[in-house]
Amino acid sequence: MANRIPRVPVREQDPKVRAHNFDEVCYGYNKEEAMLEASRCLHCKNPRCVTACPVGVKIPDFIELVAAGDIVGAAAKIAEDSSLPAVCGRVCPQETQCEGSCVLGVKFEPVSIGKLERFVADWAAERSGSDAFMAREPETSAARKVAIIGSGPAGLACASDLAKAGYDVTIFEALHKPGGVLEYGIPEFRLPKEKVLKRELDAVRALGVKIENDVIIGRTVTIDSLMDEEGFEAVFVGTGAGLPKFMGIPGENLNGVFSANEFLTRNNLMKAFREDYRTPIHAGSQVCVVGGGNVAMDAARTALRLGADTTIVYRRTEVELPARKEEVHHAKEEGIDFQMLTNPVEILGDERGWVRALKCVRMELGEPDESGRRSPVVIPGSEFEIPTETVIMALGTSPNPLIARTTPGLETTRRGGLVADEAGATTRPGVFAGGDAVTGAATVILAMGAGRKAAAAIDEYLKGRS
Amino acid sequence: MFKILEKNMLNPTICKMVVEAPRIAKAALPGQFLIVRADEPGERIPLTISDYDRTAGTVTIVIQPIGASTRAMVEGFEAGDSFADVAGPLGNPSEFVRMPEEELKAQRVVFIAGGLGTAPVYPQAKWLHEHGVPVDVIIGARTKDLLIYEEEFKSVTDNLYMCTDDGSYGFKGVGTARLEALVAEGKTYTQCVAIGPMIMMKFSALTCKKLGIPIWVSMNTLMVDGTGMCGACRLSVGGVTKFACVDGPEFDGYLVDFDEAMRRSAQYKAEEGLANGK
Repeated sequence: MANRIPRVPVREQDPKVRAHNFDEVCYGYNKEEAMLEASRCLHCKNPRCVTACPVGVKIPDFIELVAAGDIVGAAAKIAEDSSLPAVCGRVCPQETQCEGSCVLGVKFEPVSIGKLERFVADWAAERSGSDAFMAREPETSAARKVAIIGSGPAGLACASDLAKAGYDVTIFEALHKPGGVLEYGIPEFRLPKEKVLKRELDAVRALGVKIENDVIIGRTVTIDSLMDEEGFEAVFVGTGAGLPKFMGIPGENLNGVFSANEFLTRNNLMKAFREDYRTPIHAGSQVCVVGGGNVAMDAARTALRLGADTTIVYRRTEVELPARKEEVHHAKEEGIDFQMLTNPVEILGDERGWVRALKCVRMELGEPDESGRRSPVVIPGSEFEIPTETVIMALGTSPNPLIARTTPGLETTRRGGLVADEAGATTRPGVFAGGDAVTGAATVILAMGAGRKAAAAIDEYLKGRS
Repeated sequence: MFKILEKNMLNPTICKMVVEAPRIAKAALPGQFLIVRADEPGERIPLTISDYDRTAGTVTIVIQPIGASTRAMVEGFEAGDSFADVAGPLGNPSEFVRMPEEELKAQRVVFIAGGLGTAPVYPQAKWLHEHGVPVDVIIGARTKDLLIYEEEFKSVTDNLYMCTDDGSYGFKGVGTARLEALVAEGKTYTQCVAIGPMIMMKFSALTCKKLGIPIWVSMNTLMVDGTGMCGACRLSVGGVTKFACVDGPEFDGYLVDFDEAMRRSAQYKAEEGLANGK
């Protein structure tokens, strides 16, 4: 019986060793391990895993090919629906999506779908060149121009689908490297930049997608000028949610208080951890990270690797931590201290204006709020101080208002997201949007799903105009 | 890649470069800035735009070596070389650019420029001059050799006041003292704009407050992305946290907490020391 085989464990770097380097934590499966794990799939008639995948990867089909040893075939199968398989295999929250819906998971451990996807993408790319596994359907129709704003997961997914459909696609990126949050936000030890991200970006370029860096839409050029002067017939806005939030507590402007965005951007995009780069970064010997999402885990594990004793401070309990389970597990293995039911009320500074401690209160969980989550309540008289040199705020991010402000007719919601329908159409004809720019901060795969939907809508819109 | 077309040393430390960047030249307005990353290991450095030529597709920047990256820019790049990245224009244009014409015509503006900040005053003074608004410009430096842009300013104003701390050229004393002297002589101004070292802007704001002249200051804080993502540039303005990159760079000088801004600017000094040794 297939389901009697236990889930094949994945090899990882020793926690004691990896706490001091930025090399990837997980080594991934080899072919034998992958084929064995693939043999566990039950091939359900109505695969719930596919429904649970925001981009609808044909999971049982690619797994069947892996089980048969046809890895290139499996890669081509995934590429029909996903342009970033090596990324998704690494950073998707599988436990709440495909693997969370796996029937095998009811009685046993679910199939390790994420690790299989990652193996397939890596294996195929290493053996057949960067773009060989991308499903390509070259078309010769007169290329009509579409502009994509932002080269993160939403933009890349949208660009790939449109390029495959024969459009002339240009991505405009504000930063000096493409990838969006995959480049500036997610650390090297979770998503290697040269080995994985660059390869996937090359694959998108191989579809004919052009990427122009250092262009800030709304400042360098506007959406109006792209459409009126540069001949773009449609625009997709995938600018993400890049503005950091702060708590609004006293002491937040002391030296040594950083947004997770700043801390991670310095280390990821600007490579502060490398001796051969000039970027400075400040961690010190003791770091407190405030927040419980993936970004908080990333910031904490980065600080640890820079040599700091690191504490995560979160106001609810471990059950409510929004981060992927794997990240929490890895962070703990590496020796990060978790202070749950703890909320900062003030950051205390020394006479030079540098952080010396984080003043916190203990919390307990009260009644569930509208979201169904039990809201934390302060325990009176529980104030205490955590001595620390650095405080990193990882409280979530909100969409950048620049495009909405500089594009007439583009409406936003109260929370700053662009107003868009299910297919991504905004309030401005010809302008589509998706991902965090619409929803506020979410996941890589949801952004990709939105990018794909918008690509289909753009195709339909342009066909209707011809 | 962004090609450097011209490079001149304006004084022993300050370097001027004209860089090919057609998209930015087309969009740039006075008061805005750029982010320049010279090469792969370099930082993203915010630099105020000191001139732009829409026809030639060029922008002019002025650089003073302070940290490892600015030193590499000045020492390692010549005309004909290219910078890896130039992004912009960033930040909001100066308040004048957005003023209704009637209000603009009523302006009597005095600029106080100090050190490197002299260069970004130029496009503002030039813009006002072109729009028929008379401007007075006070330029200050420690000593004669450090004064820059005198010739350029002569073409946009008849009222140029050069000052040196040591009296080696022009008025002996700081720019704020020159402003007080001008007001004492009977000059009146509707608006002051000060651009220079934070300490100079702090004292300009105090002087203007005393004289009852509104003042804008251009906050040259630390930055990483320059588009509102990192928050490294945050400062307190009237007790509210603002981001210099997207809310500024110009703010009401009466309201800026300069002491906090100066402290925050020194945040990476220890690490900068290490990078200088890299």
